[in-house]
Amino acid sequence: MRAALPSPFADWFAARGWRPRAHQLALLSLAEEGRDSLLVAPTGAGKTLAGFLPTLVDLTRAKRNRRGLHTLYISPLKALAVDVARNLETPIAEMGLPIRVETRTGDTSSAKRQRQRRDPPDILMTTPEQLALLLASADAETLFADVRRVVLDELHALAASKRGDLLALGLARLRALAPRLTATGLSATVLDPRELARWLSPQRDGAPEAAVATAAAGADPDIAMLETRARLPWAGHSALHAIGEIYARIKAAKMTLVFVNTRSQAEAIFQQLWRINEDGLAIALHHGSLDAGQRRKVEAAMAAGRLKAVVCTSTLDLGIDWGDVDLVVNVGAPKGSSRLLQRIGRANHRLDDPSRALLVPANRFEALECLAAIAAAQAGEQDAQHARAGALDVLCQHILGMACAAPFSADALYAEVTGALPYAALSRADFDAALNFVATGGYALGGYERFAKIRQTTDGLWRIANARVAQQYRLNVGTIVESEMLKVRLTRARRTSAKTESGYSGVVGRGGRVLGEIEEYFIEQLSPGDTFVFGGEILALQGVVDNEALVTRSSNETPKVPSYAGGRFPLSTYLAARVRKLLADPARWTHLPEQVRDWLQMQALRSAPPPEQGLFVETFPRGGRHYLVCYPFEGRLAHQTLGMLLTRRMERARLQPLGFVASDYSLAIWLRADPGARFESGLVSLDELFAQDMLGDDLEEWLDESAMMKRAFRNCAIVAGLVERRSPGKEKTGRQVTVSTDLVFDVLRRHEPHHILLRAARADASTGLLDLDRLAEMLSRVRGRIIHKRLDRVSPLAVPVLLDIGREPVAGEAREALLAEAAETLIEEATGEPWDGAR
Amino acid sequence: MRHALIRLAGEEFFADPSGGLYHPGERMLIVADLHLEKGSSFARRGMLLPPYDTAATLARLAAVVARWRPARVAALGDSFHDPNAHERLREAERAALAAMQAGRDWLWIAGNHDPGPPVGAGGQSLAELAFGRITLRHEPRHGRAEGEIAGHLHPVARVAGAGGSTRARCFVTDGARCVAPAFGALAGGLDIAHPAFAPVFATRAVVAHVLGRDRVWRVPGERCGR
Repeated sequence: MRAALPSPFADWFAARGWRPRAHQLALLSLAEEGRDSLLVAPTGAGKTLAGFLPTLVDLTRAKRNRRGLHTLYISPLKALAVDVARNLETPIAEMGLPIRVETRTGDTSSAKRQRQRRDPPDILMTTPEQLALLLASADAETLFADVRRVVLDELHALAASKRGDLLALGLARLRALAPRLTATGLSATVLDPRELARWLSPQRDGAPEAAVATAAAGADPDIAMLETRARLPWAGHSALHAIGEIYARIKAAKMTLVFVNTRSQAEAIFQQLWRINEDGLAIALHHGSLDAGQRRKVEAAMAAGRLKAVVCTSTLDLGIDWGDVDLVVNVGAPKGSSRLLQRIGRANHRLDDPSRALLVPANRFEALECLAAIAAAQAGEQDAQHARAGALDVLCQHILGMACAAPFSADALYAEVTGALPYAALSRADFDAALNFVATGGYALGGYERFAKIRQTTDGLWRIANARVAQQYRLNVGTIVESEMLKVRLTRARRTSAKTESGYSGVVGRGGRVLGEIEEYFIEQLSPGDTFVFGGEILALQGVVDNEALVTRSSNETPKVPSYAGGRFPLSTYLAARVRKLLADPARWTHLPEQVRDWLQMQALRSAPPPEQGLFVETFPRGGRHYLVCYPFEGRLAHQTLGMLLTRRMERARLQPLGFVASDYSLAIWLRADPGARFESGLVSLDELFAQDMLGDDLEEWLDESAMMKRAFRNCAIVAGLVERRSPGKEKTGRQVTVSTDLVFDVLRRHEPHHILLRAARADASTGLLDLDRLAEMLSRVRGRIIHKRLDRVSPLAVPVLLDIGREPVAGEAREALLAEAAETLIEEATGEPWDGAR
Repeated sequence: MRHALIRLAGEEFFADPSGGLYHPGERMLIVADLHLEKGSSFARRGMLLPPYDTAATLARLAAVVARWRPARVAALGDSFHDPNAHERLREAERAALAAMQAGRDWLWIAGNHDPGPPVGAGGQSLAELAFGRITLRHEPRHGRAEGEIAGHLHPVARVAGAGGSTRARCFVTDGARCVAPAFGALAGGLDIAHPAFAPVFATRAVVAHVLGRDRVWRVPGERCGR
């Protein structure tokens, strides 16, 4: 059944010479039937209009008893919410519809927010965090009781994340408050639309699943890899060799988006482009660490067509319609085919013109990855998104929010929460654990009843203990946890002539301008005097005082410290399989740039190309040490985990491992003993070394010390509300007065290893930071298929990862070895010789 | 467990990997910044940190007391996280503390978190303690202070090497005086490159005795820092 377009709409389309697209009509008729729906469409297919048409039609036709919120629109980006609101105003104004559209984001003034609650618009555009806040307010019930539709934009980018969990819980609450609500999801092309449709649907017996509408695909994208005339680097992620060629492409195109994977890469590319910008092209920079006002300015200039190019990170992956972009350059490897397709879609936002994209590999391995990604994109193949269980820390946050809205019954809230797909399988025991955590911390030891945040009263309902709890909730809402950031402050004072005798630098002058914020872990790697790029300038670190990195401008041409190694996204499983296949088959190397081909042929000559199945391991001596390099192609995170676990085993096998470094493609371990000799003599078995049981006890032991695990715990502790988010202005000076979540982790792990927050952190780590699931799959795939080559020197394929050595934080044995190395330099000072203290 | 020798103002001390400092001459064990009941102190203000920190700190303390069997123990201040913290000790924790105190002198030196004596927590309370050329106090004095052993600053060292970098608690000394690491399970750390250390060690080169898993590593000050 196809809904006919009522007259003002049919006339409006006709007046512009348009015809409503099939998927727009399909969504309209699904809405009339009261069905939940999911629209899967490429960019440029009129997705937004399709999502709102049912609302506009319904608001025009139906007589309503009173004005109230009719449709909620949720977008992952506030800029997108604002932009979509603007786009929606056009048809509303042109048809003269009596419909009010407003946005509500973190930037909305409190006066306007209050007014919106008293006198809500017909359509409200907002974000998942703002929805959570509204749902946690005391007037949520009256505000949402008559809502008819909720439109969830860019659902593919939200669903499989903690933000998606929060949104799913919010949706479940909305359905409870507004019984006549239907949900519509808008998504880019995904591998499995049914999975997303299930996410949209209430998980109850007899509840129908959301219907899927699919828009026709646009023209095939036109993607090429840059075949550089310069020397393609062995390692690194800067792509500076190709800067002239990128510049030439920017000059030739109308408007270019230059995507990179990390903030520091964006900085480096931007700075180098300006160094050669003889034509004075308007090239701008856009990334998450820049001041928000600055980013809005760039976006506005882009929309107005005043810019020639923008160098950006994933901050521009989603959403806003730039109109005139006709070229997308992706510097570095795209890491996944879905991300690449999404980025390519930023060019030529018109469906029927092909998008034009250029991939610029930064090193030789990335050239392989780019070729694999092009093949995947041309075939329109998507990465798989794994369904995930809802995060427990997000559940804790939601429970507190619900208590802030109104007293609740645990039974009713449990029933509501399990109506959301991510929490459909949540056990009552886990729900109760979350509830107890919110109330008193949920510790087996007890004793915090007097400090409880929520309490069960005599009527059996849970309510907040005092108003301060609700305030804390409002400050902590959301699932995005920023890295610890330092302000970058420009100072004029020079460091007093090197170091004083005591090793302390003189007092550094303060009081200059703040340039922005930078991740603390990046600054931690630097020593005073080191130079790095930030905000498009080369800066020299002078020192760190409290929460500020004090810097001066540097006259150096090249920064000493290169950008943070590696993309932030790990190589997708799907793309990894394609890369392995390409490497194993020399017949397909003809499509590779000549330098890369030569490199692989050299590898075939000196060692061998890694086979498609199985795991390839090389061992060789170098510089007084021995090396083991293996090539699983499972992404840096999984390789880091593998490195940690393997070095533990090697230690027990007396191979004396000293350290390791992981890339997206391979893992290198250096040792005192020669592993190759031990493998050949049968003293140590490679199969046993790589046996799957390393994910058992070894893993548990290692997790205790893992920096990744501690980071996961910190995120969970903040999301669940155990510790407060460090909000600007509330910053205390001196780090010793803040609570270290690392120490909380140590104490909790020893005394209550099954505490809900530790379980939440483990779940995060195994899918995210440690990538355990992927490691487990790899170990099982290669079982009995490990191929070892013993070489007398480093192989061509091993060079890139060896160049990455250094600058990774270390733990466990490697940590002791590092301390020993630092301490050994003093051994001649016999006074400090440690002696055995057994008494 | 291997410890390191630290010489201060001509006296010998042994730095234990737990963070305790033992003086064989006085048979005295020195520990700094226990911060007992830090967890519940935060819980009072709405951050429900785990209530296990006191038990964890006391267990660690019991182990180092058993190892050295000192005749006296001096806690260098900030032993309790807030002035009422000692009232919140659980029965078992009180008993563990009493067991450690039995048969030896126990000296609580006042700190900024616990300026008053901890009533009912055993031992004696002092503002400072001196023996020979050594002075024990909570907060290190600015300028020269020969023979001073203090806490308060919670020193940690960041050590970088070819393979990466790591952070660990440490004793920091210039041969004349020493700042001891925080012993408490929830007591955080402050990098010894932080300017707060500058007025304490203004004139002489420092050495960090960095706490490893089961030994203490002696690392020159210039190898620690940002």
